[in-house]
Amino acid sequence: MAYEEKGAWVGLIVGIITFIVYLSVLLTRAAGGPLEQTPYVDAMLWSIGAGIVAVIIVTILVSIATHRDGTQTDIRDKQISARAEFTSRGLLILGALAALVLAMLEADYFWIAHAIFLGFILAGILEGVTKVALYRGGVPAW
Amino acid sequence: MVKPTKVTNAIRALRFAHGELTQAQLAEAVGVTRQTIIAIEQGKYSPSLELAFQIANVFGVPLDEVFQYPAESAASASGGAR
Repeated sequence: MAYEEKGAWVGLIVGIITFIVYLSVLLTRAAGGPLEQTPYVDAMLWSIGAGIVAVIIVTILVSIATHRDGTQTDIRDKQISARAEFTSRGLLILGALAALVLAMLEADYFWIAHAIFLGFILAGILEGVTKVALYRGGVPAW
Repeated sequence: MVKPTKVTNAIRALRFAHGELTQAQLAEAVGVTRQTIIAIEQGKYSPSLELAFQIANVFGVPLDEVFQYPAESAASASGGAR
């Protein structure tokens, strides 16, 4: 498996776990009450920070465990990365647009923050899925 | 819209014809990963023109001995460009 493909798997799995953990914490805190009154800032910051740190640590551990495969990257990795970013960019823009509309409607900060967060997380997951699909299934012509 | 590649290649046969050159050796010679050579051989990745020439140079053969493109598709593509 290519070094960048391992990175894609790590990012995808960590991204999904981070999102699930954050949602669990949020829903537990809400305990059936109104979501916008649930404290979320610390949990969101922790999930973002922990997600980034986890990706770095797991990537290092995977690299050490599979050091014989090398860490070389090439033009195919760059093309896959570019195409995955292109594919996922729409979700990121959608999240930003949703936040813009919510701000214009003077919605609660909770929903504005979550529109951006959701766009960020889902774009990351879609990017990971796209990369893995391209590595496994091949890179089709445009 | 993405389309599956129609480019086929004879890399595997050429590797064996050139002293059973391994995928790793070919990858090193052209500066890509072994996984990229595997993907090209399996038709899962169309290399850039530059990489295609580099691979042909390793075997010392013209480009069209390494990579082939269906004549039917090539004709319709040139017809569509007019």
